[in-house]
Amino acid sequence: MRLAVREALRSFRRAPVLSVLSITTIAFALFVVGLVVLVGLNVQAALSEVGERVEVVVYLRRGTPLEAATIAMEDILAFPEVADVGYVSEDEALRKAREELREFQDVFDDLTQNPLPASLEVQMRPGFRDARHVEDVAERLRGIRFAEDVRFGRDWIAKLDRLRSIAAAVSLLISAAFAAASVIIIGTTVRLTVLQRTREIAIMRLVGATSGFVRFPFLLDGAFKGALGGVLAIGLSYAAFAVVNRLVLQGRFFTPAETLGFVAAGTLLGLLASAVSVGRHLREI
Amino acid sequence: MITLTRVYKAYPKGVFALRDVSLHVAKGEFVFLTGHSGAGKSTVLRMVYVGDLPTEGEVRVAGRATHAFRPRDIPKLRRRLGIVFQDFRLLEDRTAEENVAFALEVTGVRRDTVGPKVARVLAQVGLAAKARAFPHELSGGEQQRVAIARALVNDPFVLLADEPTGNLDERATRGVFQLLREINANGTAVVMATHDLDLVREANYRTIELEAGAVVFDSGVDDADVAGAPA
Ligand SMILES: Nc1ncnc2c1ncn2[C@@H]1O[C@H](COP(=O)(O)OP(=O)(O)OP(=O)(O)O)[C@@H](O)[C@H]1O
Ligand SMILES: [Mg+2]
Repeated sequence: MRLAVREALRSFRRAPVLSVLSITTIAFALFVVGLVVLVGLNVQAALSEVGERVEVVVYLRRGTPLEAATIAMEDILAFPEVADVGYVSEDEALRKAREELREFQDVFDDLTQNPLPASLEVQMRPGFRDARHVEDVAERLRGIRFAEDVRFGRDWIAKLDRLRSIAAAVSLLISAAFAAASVIIIGTTVRLTVLQRTREIAIMRLVGATSGFVRFPFLLDGAFKGALGGVLAIGLSYAAFAVVNRLVLQGRFFTPAETLGFVAAGTLLGLLASAVSVGRHLREI
Repeated sequence: MITLTRVYKAYPKGVFALRDVSLHVAKGEFVFLTGHSGAGKSTVLRMVYVGDLPTEGEVRVAGRATHAFRPRDIPKLRRRLGIVFQDFRLLEDRTAEENVAFALEVTGVRRDTVGPKVARVLAQVGLAAKARAFPHELSGGEQQRVAIARALVNDPFVLLADEPTGNLDERATRGVFQLLREINANGTAVVMATHDLDLVREANYRTIELEAGAVVFDSGVDDADVAGAPA
């Protein structure tokens, strides 16, 4: 192991320009991956924040007794898709309306009787905030005896759904493309090093080095380049994130676990790429 | 120890590098392989260290047929062989002692045994003083001594030398040859391919002569055993 590390360092020292060049290229490719994933994460976060507002409102018939409403609420809470149910009385509805619609202050003042119905506000659990589940719950709510009407933002929820899957698909595609680019870069540089060291590898073979022994430093080299590229990419992403965050909008960065996962993924890509290209080229030598 | 039985080696384009070669090298023997350029000397040695497999016939080394080797058997065998070439084949970015140590390290020996062993073989080839020198700082003769030290460090049962003096002047040739004789005197078999008929005459060792891939003379067996031997 120690020997293999030494051999890998040797290869770095022998071709520092090539090594630095490839690490930088990998870093930029992974940087793009990082950015895309970051944008994806932030879009998802924003969407789920919006999603928290996905609610179904059950307007109750005038004169529904409070006890009846309470029993209905208990039933609704038992739905597996439902996170919470709130009761809004007629008076509360009016007060809310006054607060939210100040422009119509005069209209409210002229009222002699409260025209607003009491309602039940049903919050959906995360994971059930898509059109299909919401529709399903709304259908069941219509069956409640005192329900006058059931409302939810049908179009809006469907759009949210679409947005979510588009964001996921786009970020997946772009990051896969750039991850593939990193694999190709690492594979190529490792291949160049292998070719550069043909003579040396032949000598190693001659004195009885096993294929594994010959291969290991190259694998280490690839993994190391992937890891370093990953770390640099995280650094670049953070710089980009900091600038955007200051100038445009508040977002979130990778959690420490995600950062670690990102670097680990870079390392794995490096390992994979060098395994493939070394495997093929050592057989040819 | 080393036995070739009716070995043929064909290369693509129909070149036969070896034709019906049979020979045996015993423990501790010193054997010259001679013949014109292209006669097949290097090919015989390559058959022994399993750089290639025979097209036909059998090569047995240390009791096992090479065509039955699994991939991992080849490095195992090479650790028990010493191989030396005309062009030395040293790693340019390593000192003499690192080059020698490398042959030990690939075998996965304990690190603390490497130093003393390397020092011992470098002393044996007369290069103790140049242990820290890089190949480009050494003369051809000295580089070949490093290569021989590397070949010896794993205590091989046979040393295969492919024109080890081919790139050396008269004096260095004498020195390297003397070294090979000493190594042989210590019990290691030596198979040496060479063009240098002066060396062959001087030493009176067994000589096998190849011509166009066939054995035409072998001083170690009765002439009658060798197909096509000159009368
Ligand atoms: N890889 C190869 N592909 C095709 N032909 C080869 C190959 N290696 C050797 N040969 C042919 O096999 C024959 C024997 O070659 P070999 O190297 O064994 O000769 P040699 O006796 O060592 O010659 P020299 O004294 O010049 O080193 C030659 O005709 C050579 O051209
Ligand atoms: Mg030759």
